[in-house]
Amino acid sequence: MKTITIYPVTRIEGHAKVTINLDDDGNVADTFVNVVELRGFEKFCIGRPAEELPRIVTSICGVCPWHHHLASAKANDAIFGVTPPPTGIKLRDLCQSIAYCSDKILHFFFLAGPDFVMGPDADYSVRNVIGIAQSNPEIGRKVVRARHLGTQMLGITSGKAIHPVTAVPGGFSKPLTQADREKLLPLAEEVLEFAKFAMAFAKESIFPKYLDLIKSIGIIETGFLGTVTDDGTLELYDGKARLMKPDASYEEFEYADYADHIGEHVEPWSYMKFPYAKDWGPISMDLDNPSAIYRTNALARINVCDKMATPLAQAELEEFRDTFGRPAQQTLLYNYARLIELLYNAEHVLELLNDPEITGQETRVPVTPRAARGVGCVEAPRGTLIHDYETDEKGLITNVNLIVGTTHNNAPINMSVKQAAKTLIKDGNYDEAILNKIEMAIRAYDPCLSCATHKLDSSIAVKLEVRDSNGQVIDTIANW
Amino acid sequence: MAVKVAEEWLNICGGCEVTILDIGEPLLDLLPELNFVHMPVLMDHKYNGQTGDKEGMEIPEADVGIISGGVRTEKEKKVAEEMRNKCKTLVALGSCACYGGIPAMANMYTVEALCDKVYRDSKTTEPADTPSENLPPLLDRVYAVDEIVKVDVYIPGCPTNPDLIVKALTALLEGKEFKLEERSVCDECPLKREKKAAGGDIKRTLDSVDFDQSKPWDNTRCFMEQGYLCLGPVTLAGCGNKEGNGDGVTVPRCIKGMMPCRGCFGPIRKGANPLVDMMTAISSIGLDAKQVPDRRALLNRYIGGQKRLRPLPARPR
Repeated sequence: MKTITIYPVTRIEGHAKVTINLDDDGNVADTFVNVVELRGFEKFCIGRPAEELPRIVTSICGVCPWHHHLASAKANDAIFGVTPPPTGIKLRDLCQSIAYCSDKILHFFFLAGPDFVMGPDADYSVRNVIGIAQSNPEIGRKVVRARHLGTQMLGITSGKAIHPVTAVPGGFSKPLTQADREKLLPLAEEVLEFAKFAMAFAKESIFPKYLDLIKSIGIIETGFLGTVTDDGTLELYDGKARLMKPDASYEEFEYADYADHIGEHVEPWSYMKFPYAKDWGPISMDLDNPSAIYRTNALARINVCDKMATPLAQAELEEFRDTFGRPAQQTLLYNYARLIELLYNAEHVLELLNDPEITGQETRVPVTPRAARGVGCVEAPRGTLIHDYETDEKGLITNVNLIVGTTHNNAPINMSVKQAAKTLIKDGNYDEAILNKIEMAIRAYDPCLSCATHKLDSSIAVKLEVRDSNGQVIDTIANW
Repeated sequence: MAVKVAEEWLNICGGCEVTILDIGEPLLDLLPELNFVHMPVLMDHKYNGQTGDKEGMEIPEADVGIISGGVRTEKEKKVAEEMRNKCKTLVALGSCACYGGIPAMANMYTVEALCDKVYRDSKTTEPADTPSENLPPLLDRVYAVDEIVKVDVYIPGCPTNPDLIVKALTALLEGKEFKLEERSVCDECPLKREKKAAGGDIKRTLDSVDFDQSKPWDNTRCFMEQGYLCLGPVTLAGCGNKEGNGDGVTVPRCIKGMMPCRGCFGPIRKGANPLVDMMTAISSIGLDAKQVPDRRALLNRYIGGQKRLRPLPARPR
């Protein structure tokens, strides 16, 4: 028996390792991806004043701090029993969509993109954004600038772009001045132009070349979880959760009731938990007969929504659905779905900036401590993000429960890696390009292992287990 | 010849890596002078050879090594040591690497207490034993990088300011030393100070500070003097950028967001004790330092490594 290791998994947020075990014939016996990081946020947030949490939980993730910031601020609204003024909500929504734009650009062009732009078989030394910048200087400069625009815009709205401070219990800490809006508008126009370019570039030059890979790598069948408005429109800041089965039937629930619908399974071999749909029976990650598995992130949101709120994104959604059906199950289509969401967010930012209410003067209401429970939820780029807090009468935190985007995808990532490895490695033959294609199945999910392992800090490492047909562990390989 | 750079992230959120990208277009101009030989977030260099066939972890030799994140596990300790061995100059990037950062708030609890919360006292989780099969050994607490290996250059901040990364890299390229000036956030804050508080109790950020965006910054009173705890007096300056096109005043980031500082750049000088210094600063303007809620965690939020935060003995019941 031979063991193959990919260590570290690169161009993802966090550290991971994949180990693949081959049987005597050189075929994949079984793989088991095991993330072994844990962090302590749920513990060390206890005792802190509730209003400080939006400034602490941001450090769960430096890539998507805005979404943790906003989920935390929303949980605070619920705890203090207040509804922010419309301008406060719109400013939060604006920042969320600006952050989304940078996040999408980061993933598509800096993390996953080099596989497609340079090719999955390209030498590792150039299969990265620096390689893109050197071989296509014009695209490189465009991409670096476009991603940075989001940071500049968030600096204008909020001072601190990473680990932000302006979403507060009861609203937003300051109004947007007319002068700042004028500064933002041309930048927002530029982001929208870039989003159009990215979509057209990917549809013309990228996706057609990789249809075979899209149809073969990481294919699994699961349900999907996302957020929609009352009329089924894709929504990121506030709405209700929609949980869709593989047959496209779905149920909807309020965020505050999440614990009735989502369970978290613990395996003795992993610090990272495995969320599952409680109503769909016990969890099974068997490739041939999966059970209670759902996915989150862009593809899930694109699948569960009936429509999108902005014209360009809606047109792309229709084209996507005509081509790939609903729900689309092909894992690499996450990359496609992300670009549709980039377009939506770029359009939404402009829509908000052109809304007269965005420069309203009333952005927050004062709050008074009390004993309460509050659930705050947003769609983070990597999935439905749930912050659930309880406080005592002084407004100090007594309990915290967090379920973050990447954690929802723990089981699906495991399954997609296994499927990819089984498809690509035959008779003991593999090379660097094949191993990179297995990594592509992970990158499609854009996993953020910093987020997913917020429980207790430790190394982000991965363990694989080899099991026989009865599920007995026959070998274990880890990176420590 | 281009300078070889290796970058590693340990106990991280990734914000410092995003900050490197936030250098923006000037980064492209720096690129010809930098040769990145290892950087897991952006590059596919592997520890054990590209098909995983080599024994032992190997990071290529580099002129400059950059580490973000503190050290929590034996594995991260090994990575820090390998980086030190292979890099001529080692840079600690961000407050986690420099002081432990927010994750070092976990140093207030034992590892056992953290696991009890996560696996046996969580709303949605099926209660279970702490996973223990072949898991990597945790260190007893979160360590700053310089508690494990020697660090040559410190670039603090949560995250740091991209301008400081450029300044540090430029200095290194020119063979010069890089060190931040020992100034406080207050030293570069444009708000109006009258050296005494407006009166009343210390306030939590449950309501807005008073401010007027239509007038220049010095028309707004210092947040601390308004009664809102602000860590500016004991925090190293460097987060702020000039407003407008670089010709305006420098405003610390959180102040620009109309929120008080929480100390993310860490102490002004090595060996300072921000908790004690802050108590003095509060008292000196006539506020009652005893009123600060959750004092220990608040004043050590970003600096819990280097033994500043540790578990307290259980209170007798």
